[in-house]
Amino acid sequence: MLEIKNLHASIDDTKILKGLNLSVSAGEVHAIMGPNGSGKSTLASVIAGREDYDVTDGEINFGGSELSDLGPDERAREGIFLAFQYPVEIPGVSTTNFMKTAVNQVREANGEKPLDAVQFLKLMKEKMKLVNIKQELLSRSINEGFSGGEKKRNEIFQMAMLEPKLAILDETDSGLDIDALKIVSNGVNALKSNENATVVVTHYQRLLDYIVPDFVHVLMDGKIVKSGDKNLALELEEKGYDWIKVKN
Amino acid sequence: MSKDDKILKEFTSKEYEHGWSVDFDVDQAPKGLNEDIIKLISSKKEEPKWLLDWRLKAFEHFKKMSEPEWSNLNIPKIDYQDISYYSAPKKKKMLKSMDEVDPELIETFEKLGISLLEQKRLSGVAVDAVIDSVSIGTTFKDKLSELGIIFCSFSEAVKEYPELVKKHLGKVIPAKDNYFACLNSAVFSDGSFCYIPKGVRCPMELSTYFRINASNTGQFERTLIVADEGSYVSYLEGCTAPMRDENQLHAAVVEIHAEKDAEVKYSTVQNWYPGDKNGKGGIYNFVTKRGICNGSNSKISWTQVETGSAITWKYPSCILRGDNSVGEFYSVAVTNNYQQADTGTKMIHIGKNTKSKIISKGISAGHSHNSYRGHVNVLKRAKNSRNFSQCDSLLLGNKCGAHTFPYIDIENKSSMVEHEATTSKIGEDQIFYCLQRGIDEENAIALIVNGYAKEVLKQLPMEFSVEAQKLLSLTLEGSVG
Repeated sequence: MLEIKNLHASIDDTKILKGLNLSVSAGEVHAIMGPNGSGKSTLASVIAGREDYDVTDGEINFGGSELSDLGPDERAREGIFLAFQYPVEIPGVSTTNFMKTAVNQVREANGEKPLDAVQFLKLMKEKMKLVNIKQELLSRSINEGFSGGEKKRNEIFQMAMLEPKLAILDETDSGLDIDALKIVSNGVNALKSNENATVVVTHYQRLLDYIVPDFVHVLMDGKIVKSGDKNLALELEEKGYDWIKVKN
Repeated sequence: MSKDDKILKEFTSKEYEHGWSVDFDVDQAPKGLNEDIIKLISSKKEEPKWLLDWRLKAFEHFKKMSEPEWSNLNIPKIDYQDISYYSAPKKKKMLKSMDEVDPELIETFEKLGISLLEQKRLSGVAVDAVIDSVSIGTTFKDKLSELGIIFCSFSEAVKEYPELVKKHLGKVIPAKDNYFACLNSAVFSDGSFCYIPKGVRCPMELSTYFRINASNTGQFERTLIVADEGSYVSYLEGCTAPMRDENQLHAAVVEIHAEKDAEVKYSTVQNWYPGDKNGKGGIYNFVTKRGICNGSNSKISWTQVETGSAITWKYPSCILRGDNSVGEFYSVAVTNNYQQADTGTKMIHIGKNTKSKIISKGISAGHSHNSYRGHVNVLKRAKNSRNFSQCDSLLLGNKCGAHTFPYIDIENKSSMVEHEATTSKIGEDQIFYCLQRGIDEENAIALIVNGYAKEVLKQLPMEFSVEAQKLLSLTLEGSVG
């Protein structure tokens, strides 16, 4: 589904990704771990197509098409979803309105009819249950005055609404208490299928107790330096990132 | 051709080419401004002598005045002699009801999205339509007259209700008030008149649509609204014009009287032709709007969505004379390409415990300039008065300008005035967030801008609010990237 080869990316002439390779197939959950500044969030942003980053070399292939030719909105319509580490506030725009615009534009791109108000509300009600989110929150300006937990639940709610092929969760666990972490993880797990894939970007092993990865990759200094199964995450938790540094 | 051009064209020129200027016989005065023209206008309208005298007096004064230069606008020289001051679709006979209105005309309005019949049927909005200089037809007249509400063209009011007109005309905006109001006083052709009697709550929105059609004409309409004690009315005004290369002049006057316990809500969606992408053509919109809260506990609320015109010069204001009276001003002004807007309000606090609120949202894109200009004046006897002002500016791109000129004068110690102002650029983070959800850039900007202006848009009546949101998106399409 996702094939990244020798990816080099920089921001303001600072090289961040330095030859990264990653292969994700449908039905898989991958965890990307690594210390601060290793390039985890950059990787998430580059896949999503954020224009602040320059891809200087390598390729990202998604479902058979080369992503570098596509803008971020086109990538999203192809089925890439990014759950933001810091969800953005848009004053005066409710989540409901935001999602209605998004869902219908994605449908339009896929040659489907837009949902009318009744159909949309029905879909929303269904997805709200997944992350235990209240209607009242969705009627408020998106992310404005939301708690950390509400913001992250709102991200997963949007993911549920858009049903992406590839979901990238960027530090979704940061700022969450244990209850919120469970709710968010349950939502992500409920959305898993043989047709989609999830890439979890995280600092800590904690999240992986709830969203169990098939593969764990350690990202350091812009490269994946070690890959393994979920036990690698446990080992990292125990020994710290220095363990890998020393080995290298 | 970009999408917004297409839609704009749909809105204006296309119907125009195929529509009415071919089919209509137009009665147009020769170009030029002089006493004879004013006499001609007055006689065309079969006006009484007092009104002609009032016009001529205004004109005498106008000759001594010069164009105001204090605004933050770059106004090209206007040749006032090169304008026709009267233009009317020729009427075959007097219209008694909407059924007698030329079907061609109704069809044209429908194409413009201003369906008199549709509005009449569906929303129960009473509409008065003014094309070029003449009021075309007022819907729902019978139903309103049962309640004693008068809603008709200005010329009709002069004939049918001369005392009411004479009593209120020029009382809030004297003929000599300013250059453009003075010009209007001399040459105004038509407009709407509205009177709500004591204790009556007008059961429907009253609405006027203005349209400039003929070329080389100016439109100088005059609206007068009188809300008697304890009455309520919500009044809507919409404006459109076809695309033309040359600039056209629009200098309107709106006067509002609110007596004791009366409330008037006045909403405008102004969509005059703004000129093309290079700033060619477009309407010069120099409008004087002012209301007086004459009695205690009265309220006047102005809501405006300004998207059109090459130049906008407009300050809907409130004179808060009655004790405990309230004035409000809600404004969204959008400028794109080479548009210029200098708009805001004046709140003059005279009565005790008077309150005013100003919410202004400016949005600038392209090479445009957008200024907020406001004056809050609390006089000595206006004890315990309050004002709250919030002026926000949003910039799209880096070639446009946003300016704020707040003037505050407080002459007593018991009053309180608050002023907040912000200027922001539309956030790249916000746009990326939208893009990442599959929303394209045009829709993302429309969404963010409508959210930004929501506080003002929600003041508009429902049908208008939808129209306004569409217009905002339309005006800004293609402004980023």
